[in-house]
Amino acid sequence: MFPFRIPIRDWISSAVDFLVSEFGAVFDGFSAFVYFLVDNLKDGMMALHPVILIVLIAALTWYMAGWKNSIFAVIGLLITENIGLWQAFVETLSLVLTAEILVMIVGLPIGIYAAKSDRFNSIIRPILDFMQTMPAFVYLIPAVMFFGLGLVPGVVATFVFALPPLIRLTNLGIRQVPKELIEAADAFGATEMQKLMKVQIPVAKVTIMAGVNQSIMLGLSMVVIAAMIGAGGLGEDVLRGIQRLQVGQGFEAGLVVVILAIILDRITAGFGQRKSPAGR
Amino acid sequence: MEEKEEKIVVKNLYKIFGKNPEKAIKALNEGKTKEQILSEQKQVVGVQDASFTVYKKEIFVLMGLSGSGKSTLQRLINRLHEPTSGEIIIDGKDITKLNKKELREFRRNHFCGMVFQNFAILPHRTVLGNVEFGLELQGVEKEKRREKAMKVIQQVGLKGNEDSYPDQLSGGMQQRVGLARGLTVDADIMIMDEAFSALDPLIRTQMQDELLELQNKLQKTILFVTHDLDEAFRLGDRIAIMKDGRIIQIGTAEEIVSKPANDYVKAFVENMDRASVLTAGSIMQPVKENAFPGDGPRTILRKIRKNGLTGILLIDTKRQLKGYIRATELAEYINKNKEKEKIPFDDSLIRDITSVNKDMPLNEVFNIYDEHKYGPIAVEDENNRVVGVIVKGSIIAALSESAEGINNNQ
Ligand SMILES: Nc1ncnc2c1ncn2[C@@H]1O[C@H](COP(=O)(O)OP(=O)(O)OP(=O)(O)O)[C@@H](O)[C@H]1O
Ligand SMILES: [Mg+2]
Repeated sequence: MFPFRIPIRDWISSAVDFLVSEFGAVFDGFSAFVYFLVDNLKDGMMALHPVILIVLIAALTWYMAGWKNSIFAVIGLLITENIGLWQAFVETLSLVLTAEILVMIVGLPIGIYAAKSDRFNSIIRPILDFMQTMPAFVYLIPAVMFFGLGLVPGVVATFVFALPPLIRLTNLGIRQVPKELIEAADAFGATEMQKLMKVQIPVAKVTIMAGVNQSIMLGLSMVVIAAMIGAGGLGEDVLRGIQRLQVGQGFEAGLVVVILAIILDRITAGFGQRKSPAGR
Repeated sequence: MEEKEEKIVVKNLYKIFGKNPEKAIKALNEGKTKEQILSEQKQVVGVQDASFTVYKKEIFVLMGLSGSGKSTLQRLINRLHEPTSGEIIIDGKDITKLNKKELREFRRNHFCGMVFQNFAILPHRTVLGNVEFGLELQGVEKEKRREKAMKVIQQVGLKGNEDSYPDQLSGGMQQRVGLARGLTVDADIMIMDEAFSALDPLIRTQMQDELLELQNKLQKTILFVTHDLDEAFRLGDRIAIMKDGRIIQIGTAEEIVSKPANDYVKAFVENMDRASVLTAGSIMQPVKENAFPGDGPRTILRKIRKNGLTGILLIDTKRQLKGYIRATELAEYINKNKEKEKIPFDDSLIRDITSVNKDMPLNEVFNIYDEHKYGPIAVEDENNRVVGVIVKGSIIAALSESAEGINNNQ
């Protein structure tokens, strides 16, 4: 139809080439940082006897979400151990947690700033929409381009995919803080920082934690996809099950993903609703 | 009259919400109304040309219908809204000139935060956590601020609730938290925006009483916004009535009821029961002429006749009431005792009459008048100096005007 072809692929490739060659050190540094996080988390958890880790997770679940959920966690984790997926479980948990840590480091400030600046908000909103409508697979491409194959691009792809809900809900939560609460703080002579730390974030906490919860759930949904670029963990077992038509094996790994998802969901959902005992 | 000290002086204050405030002010000066400016320029006149003084330790009430600019004016005074033009002088300092940091400091030292209709207390903090909030912002150490907060918690009647969360408290209790939060900081201007409007009537009256009681002890300067005239009259030492962003009358409750500045204010106050608002002082007449203890009988009679009176008050040079002399009795006395140059200081000629304080509500004066046999009622100030008289006619006139007001309203 057209005598020429719009060279999108060339543009993107040369842009990536440019970035990698100019900012290689930045990517390497970032890569090392991410690897450091994931690896230490994983090693730390693997160093513990499974029973100890199970007890720790069960205790946290109990504290955040009550004894029923805690019992569920214990049973689910014992099954995981029993069917030999413990190491994969720990790998996936480390990957998801690392991605979530990055999401919080990046997402909270962006969300807060978006709540304070209408201009900034109107700039990032279409970007967030774009990120969320994009098929998850697409995130693999830049991740691989910048970080090659393995764990780090897996974390990066998960991070990018899980980022939007936290920004959105942080923004929303802070914007929803009643105007009078802000006026009251102002009238007492609060600084911007005091307002943020003592009023806006605590009042928006439930909404922000809903954002954390959503982004963890999205992160878990990336587990299998991330395994396609060598991120390992439970996703790899699912993939192997698909590729070799070993339905049972694939199902087992999928089941553990679900168990992990439920535990993380209950813990983070509970966190948003708690009042801190100190009353601050 | 005790000396009043200026606390807040506002001069020609304007607040325009819109992109081109100068244009709106220009139009206002040309006589355009708030409505015209809204439709022609799409700009909202929040406050126009407000000038007034709030004195130390008084409760100054801003009163007006919804949208009349009460909240806006109030928020200009602690600069939650930036004034478009005008001056706001608090304790001698023009706060419109303060930069951000100075303003923050000024607010900490001069304002007891703010009390809101919907309480606006922090849901994630306990009562204690809320009450110590102001001091916490100022970096006061924990021990000290807790101690101070507990003291105020006691004062406002929240003792025993310090560890409760706001959602465990009733509306009245939550507003006590709001009040306590303000009283905990070392400042003396309290800003209250419809603070009691969300409470049900019984609690509301109770909170008004408590506020008055606290104010008696604490002597803050209170800027209170309400759209309820009863509340305004109950609480306000003085009241400013606002309409379309403009202050149309400032005065005490009596001044506003007895001398409404225009028909708008008149319509506003018609609802009020005048008898409970007017005082003896507001309906009394000046003493045109009185007899002095040194006056001879004939001089006194001449004074009575000259003013067309039926009797005259006997008042000494220190303005203390000594009694009342009736014209008929005096004429009789002169006829019988032609040679006497002095009047006798006993009850043959000098009668007792009732005297009341000028702040006595009119309905009480009316009750006294019922038992009163003859002559006027003398009105005295706090030092028992006679400042005026009330005759039966003026009470009835004042009360019947009030009845008219009520009838017109039905
Ligand atoms: N932030 C704002 N932006 C634009 N217009 C505003 C703003 N705040 C107030 N106004 C307008 O200013 C005018 C005065 O409002 P204000 O809130 O001061 O009235 P009010 O007397 O307190 O009324 P109410 O009893 O409803 O609280 C209204 O016309 C209102 O619409
Ligand atoms: Mg208001």
